[in-house]
Amino acid sequence: MKAAVIVFPGSNCDRDLQVALRSAMGAAPKMVWHGDSDMPDVDLIAVPGGFSYGDYLRSGAMAAKSPIMKEVVARAGKGVPVLGICNGFQVLTEAGLLPGALMRNAQLKYICKDVLLKVAANDTAFTQAYDQDQVIRIPIAHHDGNYFADDDTLNELEDDNRVAFRYCDAAGTLSEDANPNGSQRAIAGIFNKNRNVLGMMPHPERLADAKLGGADGKPMFDGLVQALG
Amino acid sequence: MSAPTVESEITPEIIAEHGLSEAEYDKVLEIMGRAPNITELGIFSVMWSEHCSYKSSKHWLKTLPTEAPWVICGPGENAGIIDIGDGQAAIFKMESHNHPSYIEPYQGAATGVGGILRDVFTMGARPVANMNALRFGSPEHPKTRHLVDGVVAGIGGYGNCVGVPTVGGECIFHSAYDGNILVNAMTVGIADTDKIFYSAASGAGNPIVYVGSKTGRDGIHGATMASAEFDDDSDEKRPTVQVGDPFTEKLLIEACLELMQTDCIVGIQDMGAAGLTSSAFEMASKGGMGVELDLDQVPQREENMTAYEMMLSESQERMLMVLKPGSEDEARAIFEKWELDFAIVGTLTETGRMVLMHHGRMVADLPIDPLALASPEYDEKERPWTPTPPPAAIDAESIAAPNDPLAALAKILGAPDMASKRWIWEQYDHMVMGDTLGHGRPGGDAALVRVHGTDKALAVTTDCTPRYCVADPVQGGRQAVAETWRNITAVGAKPLAITDCMNFGNPERPEIMGQFVGAIEGMREACVALEFPVVSGNVSLYNETKGEAILPTPAIGAVGLIENANKSVGLGITKAGLTLILIGDTEGHLGQSMYLREIEGREDGAPPPVDLATERRNGDFVRAQINDGNVAACHDLSDGGLLIGAAEMAMAGNVGVTLDADAASTLPLHAWLFGEDQARYLIAADNAAALLADAKTAGVSAAQIGVSGGDAVAVAGFSIALSKLKLAHESWLPDFMNVG
Repeated sequence: MKAAVIVFPGSNCDRDLQVALRSAMGAAPKMVWHGDSDMPDVDLIAVPGGFSYGDYLRSGAMAAKSPIMKEVVARAGKGVPVLGICNGFQVLTEAGLLPGALMRNAQLKYICKDVLLKVAANDTAFTQAYDQDQVIRIPIAHHDGNYFADDDTLNELEDDNRVAFRYCDAAGTLSEDANPNGSQRAIAGIFNKNRNVLGMMPHPERLADAKLGGADGKPMFDGLVQALG
Repeated sequence: MSAPTVESEITPEIIAEHGLSEAEYDKVLEIMGRAPNITELGIFSVMWSEHCSYKSSKHWLKTLPTEAPWVICGPGENAGIIDIGDGQAAIFKMESHNHPSYIEPYQGAATGVGGILRDVFTMGARPVANMNALRFGSPEHPKTRHLVDGVVAGIGGYGNCVGVPTVGGECIFHSAYDGNILVNAMTVGIADTDKIFYSAASGAGNPIVYVGSKTGRDGIHGATMASAEFDDDSDEKRPTVQVGDPFTEKLLIEACLELMQTDCIVGIQDMGAAGLTSSAFEMASKGGMGVELDLDQVPQREENMTAYEMMLSESQERMLMVLKPGSEDEARAIFEKWELDFAIVGTLTETGRMVLMHHGRMVADLPIDPLALASPEYDEKERPWTPTPPPAAIDAESIAAPNDPLAALAKILGAPDMASKRWIWEQYDHMVMGDTLGHGRPGGDAALVRVHGTDKALAVTTDCTPRYCVADPVQGGRQAVAETWRNITAVGAKPLAITDCMNFGNPERPEIMGQFVGAIEGMREACVALEFPVVSGNVSLYNETKGEAILPTPAIGAVGLIENANKSVGLGITKAGLTLILIGDTEGHLGQSMYLREIEGREDGAPPPVDLATERRNGDFVRAQINDGNVAACHDLSDGGLLIGAAEMAMAGNVGVTLDADAASTLPLHAWLFGEDQARYLIAADNAAALLADAKTAGVSAAQIGVSGGDAVAVAGFSIALSKLKLAHESWLPDFMNVG
C-alpha cells in the first residue's frame, strides 16, 4: 500500500498518523504539503488532525479550499480511499465529501480522553479488521466534535449503513453519558455513499501502540494495508 | 552623529510612571552622560524592571548549584539544557505569567504558554511536553471560578493548537491567592546536541532579522506591570496584557526548526517580556556587539506607531535573529513558505551601542553593556531580610483521633487541593505527538514522554507545597525540590535537573525577602544533596494586593530520564494479591498536614522536616528496584500521607487495598495514616520478601503494611468502597465549576 498524509498549516497530528501508517505499512507514507496541487499516485489519502489555519473562520473551512483538496476530492470520486481524522473529518465535511457538520461540543469545552466506540459497520477497508459491534477504546481530542445533520440525512446514513462508529459504554449501549460531545445519534464516524471516504472524530493513530496505553486503533491501519495491498 | 530626537521633557512624574527610583534615574544620567529622551527612558525602565533585571533576587539566585556532568547549559540563556545521551539534549524552563493571568485569564495564561514554548524552540528544540503549576484563591472567592475557567481554557487553547501535549501539573486553592493567582507554565523540548542555538550575536555587518507576527500596541509595559503590586485599579491594566495567536506560533515553530536545519543562523532570541528592546539588548550584550535598528522596517499591524511603542510592545509570536551574510534569501524562502513576516530590521555593529532610526532620524542612542550589565543588584543592605520565626512542632498525641479514619479519608480526597484535577487536564490535549506513555498521562507522580523513536522516556513533574514554605521557608524550599525528585524517582526515572519559578510577595518587605532567602537556602541544600542542579528559572515578585502577599511559592519543575521506558511504572494498582511495602520512616508529622487543615480546620505547626541523606538513600533504592523489575506500582507519599497515597493507588488501578494497622506500632493510628513524613514511597510488589531483604542490605527502612485486592480501602476494621472514594475525589472540581 502507498499512502499520502496531507499537511496543512496548523496540522499537528500529521506525524502521529505517519508513525501509525509506517508501522502498519513497513514504509513511510508521503507527506504532501497543502499548497501542492500534485498528488502522488497512492492507495490511501489521510487527512490528519490538528488546527488547520488555526480553526479560524470554522474548523476545517479554510483547509477545504486549499489547492490540494481539489485533488483529494477528485481522487475520492475515482474511488481512492480517504481517511479524515478529527480536523481531517471537519475538512472532509467542509469539502463536501461527507454530509453534516461538526459543531462545538455540547458542554462547550475542549475534551481529550479515551472513549468507547462501537464498530457500526465492518464491511469497509477501514473497519474490516474489527468485528461488527465490537467495542473499542480510542481517544478523542477536540472542541468541535458534535456531529450534526438534519433528520433526513441522519436517516439516510443509517438506512445505507454508513455510520462507521458510535460512542457507547462498555456494554456497547448508547447513552447520553457515553456520548462525550452531544453528537446526534451518538455518531463518531461516517462513510460517504461509496464507502471509500471515512471521517471520524476519535484518533485511532493515538492508540495504535500498546506502550501508549492501548492498541485498539491498530487494526484500522493493519486492515487498510491488508485490504489495499 | 547628532544627539537623538527629543520628543518630550522627562519630568519626575514620567520617571515615577516608569517605575524607576531616584537613585536609578541618577544612574541613567551617569550612563547616558545626558538626559534620556522618552524612548530611551522607556528602554531603561523595562530593562531594569524587576521582571527583566532580577535586581532583588540575583544576589541570592547565584547561590544555587547549576552544574553537573550532564548539564550542557545552566541559567542565563533562554532555557536550561541537559544531556540525555545519544547526541540529544532536553531543553526546558518554567516561567510565570501571574499578573496578566489575573487581569485577563484566558489571554494571560495562553500567552504564558506561548512565551515559554518560544524560550525552548528558540534554542533549537522541538517542544515535546508542557506542564503548568496553578494556584488560585479560595473557592469561595467570587472571582475564583472565573479565573479557573479562563486560565484552563487559555492554556488548553494555546497548547492544543500548537500541538504540544500538556502532560500534567498541579492546582491548589488558598485565600492567600485571592488577589494574585499564580500561573506557571513549563515547556520541555528535545534537540540534537550539535544543533543547539544561543542568543549571542556576532559578526559586525551581519543582518538582524525580525520574523513572526507583526508588532502592535499590545502589552506595552507588561514587564513593568509584572514588577509592581496590584491595587483596586489593577483591572485597568488590561490593555497591558498581550493577545496570543497559537496558529502563528505553530507556524513559527515549524519555520524556525526548518531554518535551524540549515546553516543560516548566527544567533536567535525570542521577543518575550520587553519585546524588541530586551531581545536586541540580550543578543548584542552577550556577543559584545552593537546594533543599529531601522524601525521603519519592523512589520507593524497598527499605523503611526512611535519608536517608544515599537520598542516596548510585547506583541506575541516574534523572534529576532542574526543571520550569516548571504543567507537572507534562503531564510526568507522558509518563512514565506510558512506565511510569516520576515524583515531585515538592522545590522550588527562594533560600537557597543544601540542606535535606533525611525523616519530617517535617530531616535535613541544607548550604550549596551553599561545598561544591560549595570542593572541594579540589591544585596542585604538594599533588600534587608528577616528570617521567618520557626513554628512550634505539633505533637500528634495532641490532635484528636477521628471517629472513622476512612470518613476522614473521603473528606480529604474531596477537598479542593486533593480532589482530582481531571476536569482541568481533560481540557488539555495530553496525547498529541504520540509519545505520552499510557501510565505517564496526567494524574500520576510524573508524566512520561517517550523520546521519539527510542525506548527512552523523559519524566516531567512540577511541585511545591506553599503551606510548608510559609511556615518554614527553608524546610519548604527543601521539600519542594525533594518532592519533584521523588516524583521522578517514583516512576523509575533518574532525576536530572530542575527549573524554578520563584513566586513571592513584595521584596521590599524584609519578612517577604526573608521567605525568599530561606526558600533559596532550602532549595540549595536539596539540589546539592540530590545532585539536582537548577538549569533555568524565573522570578515573580510583587505578588501582593493591598499589602497582602501570596504564600511563598517556589514552584519547581523537574526533568528525569529513564533509559528503558518499558521498565517505568505508574501508581495504579491493577491486580489483587500484591504486597504493599512502605519505604521510609513514619513519625506521624501532622503539623501543616492536610489532615490538620481539612479535618481540624487548622493551618499551623511546623512542616515535616526533610532529611536529605535519607531522601537520597530511599529514592536511589526505589529507583533501582523499579528498574530491576521488582515493583508493580509505586507512589511518592506527600500531601495527606500514607492513607491518601494508598487510596490514590487503589483508585488509579481500580483494585482495593487493605492496610495492616498493627504496622503503626506505637504511633496513634491517625498519625500513622495521615502524617506527612518525607522521604517515603508506597510500593506494590509481587515478591515482598526479596524487596524487603534488598532494603535491609541497603540500609533502607521498609515495612510490609498491607495487601491489594477487593474493591474497597480498608484498615483497622473500617472499610469504604472505592466507588464512594472516587465519587468524592472526582466530583469536587466539576461540581464547583458547574455551579452558577
